[in-house]
Amino acid sequence: MQLAMRLLVQAAEIMGAPSLIPIGFAHIDACLYTGQAHVDFVRYLLEHGAKLAVTTWTNTGLVSLADPALRPEVSDPEMVSGARELMRLYAQLGCQPTWTCAPYQLPGGPEFGDHIAAGESNAVSYYNSVVGARTNKYGDYLDVACALAGKAPFAGLHTDEGRRVRLHFDCTALPEACRAGDLFPHLLGHHMGRVAGSRVAVISGLSAITTKDGCKAISAAAATSGGVELWHGVAVTPEAPDLASVFAGGETTIVTTHDLRRAHAELSTASDGPLDAVALGTPHFSFAEFGEVINLLDGRSVKAGLPCFISTSRGVRQLIAAKGWLATLEAAGFQIPVDVCTYYSPRIPALRGRMMTNAAKWAYYAPGMLGVEVAFGSLRECIESAVRGEVWREPGSWLAA
Amino acid sequence: MIQALVLNAGAAEGAVLALEAPLSFWGGFDPRTGVILDVHHPQRGVCLTGVILLMREARGSGSAPGAIAEAIRLRTAPAAIVLVTPDVNLAIGAQIAETLYGRACPVLGVSADDHEILKRAAELRISRTGAISSKAV
Repeated sequence: MQLAMRLLVQAAEIMGAPSLIPIGFAHIDACLYTGQAHVDFVRYLLEHGAKLAVTTWTNTGLVSLADPALRPEVSDPEMVSGARELMRLYAQLGCQPTWTCAPYQLPGGPEFGDHIAAGESNAVSYYNSVVGARTNKYGDYLDVACALAGKAPFAGLHTDEGRRVRLHFDCTALPEACRAGDLFPHLLGHHMGRVAGSRVAVISGLSAITTKDGCKAISAAAATSGGVELWHGVAVTPEAPDLASVFAGGETTIVTTHDLRRAHAELSTASDGPLDAVALGTPHFSFAEFGEVINLLDGRSVKAGLPCFISTSRGVRQLIAAKGWLATLEAAGFQIPVDVCTYYSPRIPALRGRMMTNAAKWAYYAPGMLGVEVAFGSLRECIESAVRGEVWREPGSWLAA
Repeated sequence: MIQALVLNAGAAEGAVLALEAPLSFWGGFDPRTGVILDVHHPQRGVCLTGVILLMREARGSGSAPGAIAEAIRLRTAPAAIVLVTPDVNLAIGAQIAETLYGRACPVLGVSADDHEILKRAAELRISRTGAISSKAV
């Protein structure tokens, strides 16, 4: 495909790449509608007989094809119908319609050392950092060009030099109470993005049992508040069995409880009080996270009439349906939308007023994009709050100390 | 005359508008109107349509190519963008718009010193080879 090669050569020149490198996988973001130009682009590709060279998965769309009532066409007819058409065309191009921002939760993706092309910021960070695959953050159109050509510019995070650590975040002095629990990776990620900007970072002092969901939280938060596309966790991520193997010395910043309290204050902009809605699943909820919600609910339901959303992928929704959890959660008052996220417009009508979330990325974007106030909390705080219908805070938390 | 690095080729001319802060074309700019939307931007509300836009660097967003391509489609885009830090996203977005709609929006890179010189011009003319000259000359 001529256009794809032209775009790659143009990008390689700007990025200073001496050559193109073969890739084996792509996760594209251009399927998320931003205007008619997006639709015209993929139509042009189809009309010119373009064929994907590698397995290509899709990021979330602007609308859900599986749950069309979530963003009804009446809310913005041009955007909603354009977004739906765009998703249909990318499926027609041969993409596997995963429609998820957390493609790394699905089987069959890239592995350690693979060169790939990805575009969604948290997916780029997770693939680089946690999987150990290699990609730059490819913007719209260039991501598709990489998938069509099966190549990417050999620069940046594809190269050993580009992956060199520039900054060390030392968490070893933090109290254990602060490092335990699911709030910590979101707060640390938010703080790290603020400080690191787009620099490659290494974190020491992460718990050795940091879960994949914890890594997802760090990846998403740091790619949102800053532009971190690669981070290492000592004894947690595959390229950093120990600090010395990735960090030869240089700038070190000590992370303090003050830093994390400030991150919490930046993300939690609402006062405590009655809730108008709860939104979880940014990036998409994993199977393990659904299991935690089932445990935390312990047979209870959310407050009658309170809209509660947990966004996930079709793949994970199938798994929780097979387990019986989907029915349990729906009976408890949760909606489990797939294909989409809830923080961007057109606004899902139920999302207004005082909202609660456990996701740093959601808390960062929603106030500006949806005009809502956000109470940010741990998953346990979110579930307890959903049951009570008002913001509930963990008693005796280190945050309040 | 200043010779720029061509990130995306095209000829253009127009009045100069210099941005005081980086702008994200996705989220910070409305392709339907050509106006800066970002509430944190000092030039919020300013219309970029048809100007030679001097901007030291773009604020990164993977969706910026779509926004600039959409603005070129709707004829609300700047006539040209002159950067100090080369930006792949704007160049690729402009290239796609030219492929789809046949309208060129040059994206150029110059040194910080040349950028300061260009900011003082009222109107500029850009050639397809990246030569930038004062329009009055």
